[in-house]
Amino acid sequence: MLITRKKFLQIFSGSIAGFALSNLWLPKLLQAANVKNGKGRLPIVWFQGQNCSGCPVSFVNTEYPSADEVLIEVITLEYLPTIMGGTGDVAVDILERMITDEKGKFILAIDGSIPVDSDGNYCNVGEINGKSITALKWIQALSSAAGAVVAIGTCATWGGIPAAPPNPTKAKAVRDIVKDKPVINIPGCPPHPDWIVGTLVHVLKYGIPTLDDLNRPVIFFGPDKIVHDNCELRQYFDAGIFAKDFGQKGCLYELGCKGPVTHCDAPVRGWNSGVNWCNRSGGPCLGCTEPTFPGGTGSGFYEKLPAVQVPGLSEINANANTIGIALGGAVGAAIAGHAIARAVSAKKLKQKSKQNSDVENSDKVMEQSNTQKEGK
Amino acid sequence: MAETIVIDPLTRIEGHLKIEIKVENGKVVDALSSGEMFRGIEIILRDRSPEDAPMIVQRICGVCPQVHGTGSVYALDDAFKVTPPKNARIIRNLMLGANFLQSHILHFYLLSALDFVDITAILQYKGMDSKLIKVKEWVKADIDAGKKDAGAPFLPRYEGDYYIKDTDLNIHGISSYLKAIEIRRKCQEMLAIFGGKMPHCQTLVGGGVACVPTLDKIIAFRSRLSEIKTFIEKTYIPDVIAVAKLYPDYFTIGKGVGNFMSYGGFPENETQSQWLLPQGLLIDGKTEKFNPDKIAEFVKYSRYSSGTGLNPYKGETVPDYNKEGAYSWLKSPRYDNKVIEVGPLARILIAYLNKSNKDINSLVDSALNTLGVAPDALISTLGRHAARALEAKILADRMENWLDDLDPNGPVHTKYTVPKKSKGKGLTEGPRGSLGHWITIDNYRISNYQAVVPTTWNGSPKDDNGVPGPFEQALIGTPVADIKNPIEPARVIRSFDPCLACAVHVIDVEENKIYKFKL
Repeated sequence: MLITRKKFLQIFSGSIAGFALSNLWLPKLLQAANVKNGKGRLPIVWFQGQNCSGCPVSFVNTEYPSADEVLIEVITLEYLPTIMGGTGDVAVDILERMITDEKGKFILAIDGSIPVDSDGNYCNVGEINGKSITALKWIQALSSAAGAVVAIGTCATWGGIPAAPPNPTKAKAVRDIVKDKPVINIPGCPPHPDWIVGTLVHVLKYGIPTLDDLNRPVIFFGPDKIVHDNCELRQYFDAGIFAKDFGQKGCLYELGCKGPVTHCDAPVRGWNSGVNWCNRSGGPCLGCTEPTFPGGTGSGFYEKLPAVQVPGLSEINANANTIGIALGGAVGAAIAGHAIARAVSAKKLKQKSKQNSDVENSDKVMEQSNTQKEGK
Repeated sequence: MAETIVIDPLTRIEGHLKIEIKVENGKVVDALSSGEMFRGIEIILRDRSPEDAPMIVQRICGVCPQVHGTGSVYALDDAFKVTPPKNARIIRNLMLGANFLQSHILHFYLLSALDFVDITAILQYKGMDSKLIKVKEWVKADIDAGKKDAGAPFLPRYEGDYYIKDTDLNIHGISSYLKAIEIRRKCQEMLAIFGGKMPHCQTLVGGGVACVPTLDKIIAFRSRLSEIKTFIEKTYIPDVIAVAKLYPDYFTIGKGVGNFMSYGGFPENETQSQWLLPQGLLIDGKTEKFNPDKIAEFVKYSRYSSGTGLNPYKGETVPDYNKEGAYSWLKSPRYDNKVIEVGPLARILIAYLNKSNKDINSLVDSALNTLGVAPDALISTLGRHAARALEAKILADRMENWLDDLDPNGPVHTKYTVPKKSKGKGLTEGPRGSLGHWITIDNYRISNYQAVVPTTWNGSPKDDNGVPGPFEQALIGTPVADIKNPIEPARVIRSFDPCLACAVHVIDVEENKIYKFKL
């Protein structure tokens, strides 16, 4: 595509404004998008960095509302390479129009990480004046023009797979690139469609959802959403029954389950229209919603979490709170019964109030168990 | 005078692809295809536990993660020296089959249909279908309000005399598109019944699978499969035939190289010596037995300064961003020095000539009969779409039998210990063609990992003899009516179902960084 130098500069030299994470931007955005009383649609530009397309595929898996309902009633999807009609210059024209003509009137959604090594040339999207444009440049220009930014998936929220050691391309998360705008983080590899659609509907109808300190909506990733605490295999953990090989009955802790240190509501929501979820399937939780995913070389997916006490094997230490309430002395399955279950519930309730700080502890445990990611 | 057109980004594919074509007298005379993204997943795998590989490599591609997971667990079985139980072989087949169905249906409707179906025909809809009425009102309201983005993300598009004219057919196409969204979701559900979740399943492990095929799962799988099968038979295949009848030119456009390969897909026995989709080659019109030693990778036009013409076992990857004459991050894999196309068309042609499966031959014969074309017409843009649809039916039929063969009380996993030192390879077929994973284990960790993937074969640049790759050969000769709206080359390339995220592997644009792979 050929454009004038003036326009080129206009697109790619958006100024960095002051940044405040607040609901203040929302009324402006909604007003610009003609949304009144929650009626209308959110204009979305969905840009893709270093991705695998798993995020848009998961988004299209949405059941209620269906994908077409979302496109018709919740959002106006201006740009998403995986499904859009336009290609080549037709697609680039849309990005150009959003940057120059639609300032502050759209939400920028991004899946995939952003490589900054080699001037960003590890990921190029489209050409202008015969020159390839890097994903980094596009995201700087688009985020500067956007009313708000949503990072979708673990690559966009924390760096994910491309940023895993040794981070060959210096892949960055959106929050490392976009500093002048609030970034809502919807992690997951991929995120559940309900997390994506639910967050967008919340913005449209009720404003920005409550976010945790990592800017994740607490309705999906809150401190009460620790996988281990809501796991249907929890009874096995409490009874000290552990699967020693794949396909065996029991808690998946010994097979490497990262549920004790992972925040998401998959255990109660279920995946793919609720037919299954990770631990129910027998494949242990990989911790895919956490900044530590996929971990460094020291913490294999199937290696036991360190620093977690197992029921019956020793006294509960402080860290045991982070994996829920371990049962002292209950080694065998036969001991587990209603009385014990009730005792657990009571104990659990009592300790629930401590949970917030426990969650932080659990993150620390996970962090210690991993090699620090490069380039973060 | 020749004019150069760049289509970048080529959307409705997987990953970031740039196509550069030279057009003279309304026809493509030269073509270059370039991958535009790199993540370095093989580098990330190094020093991790070998057991992690199936979960990491699925993230190469979110459209067809299952095939990478499957190639990876085959490589682990080989390296760990374990034979998974029968249940595990079948569950792996069922999950991969579900991913094929999802991918094929997604490809025809969500990725390709908008090149043919005129979405604006919805404004003429007069029927009673509530979904279609909703779509019509949506587009109409936005047009009436003078919105620039009316019909987004389906509009804007290439404009011209390109789309189906018959209103009823277009509306049927839109209705099929909407149905396809739902059906492909059910394919994902079907996979998740054994896999835990999709994209990126949880249960593929070396030595077998982590899930137990309980009766409730078998029933839930079978019920969805039956609905999906009906969609393939009553909607998908007839829709492909309808497009073929309206665009017969595309039986001659995009023919490509005409040499084909299949590693063999969906093992029917524990030793992996028989497959539902057989192993073999079709070169210069003759079938051949597959010999992995004949694979070599050339790099004259690739951005690598390392040795050329090497077998992947001895492959080196020394990147050189500024190498003169190089234009792609893809290497040029060749079989016996020949350019090879892989994918559903390759598998169907090889199976058809192999004649080992009567059902496949009679299905292909009946499709050819309906289309009124000879078997060699399949080597074309439309042939690729047709082969994909027929393969979906062959798979769905066979998956019903595999469900019968599951033993709810049988084992699903053979226990292994990770060896201190070993290596293994996993060859399989994916929705887009032949896929190989190679792993080397040293001191209980991955010391080397390499994947040679379908789009590297199909999207490869010229080899050392200057012979263009399959995409490029298929593009040459393609008519282009309007260089501002070059829909024809986009149709040709999309028929291959490119996956660029898969195709670009170990590269690094800094000259001082060198990655070597010896397998």
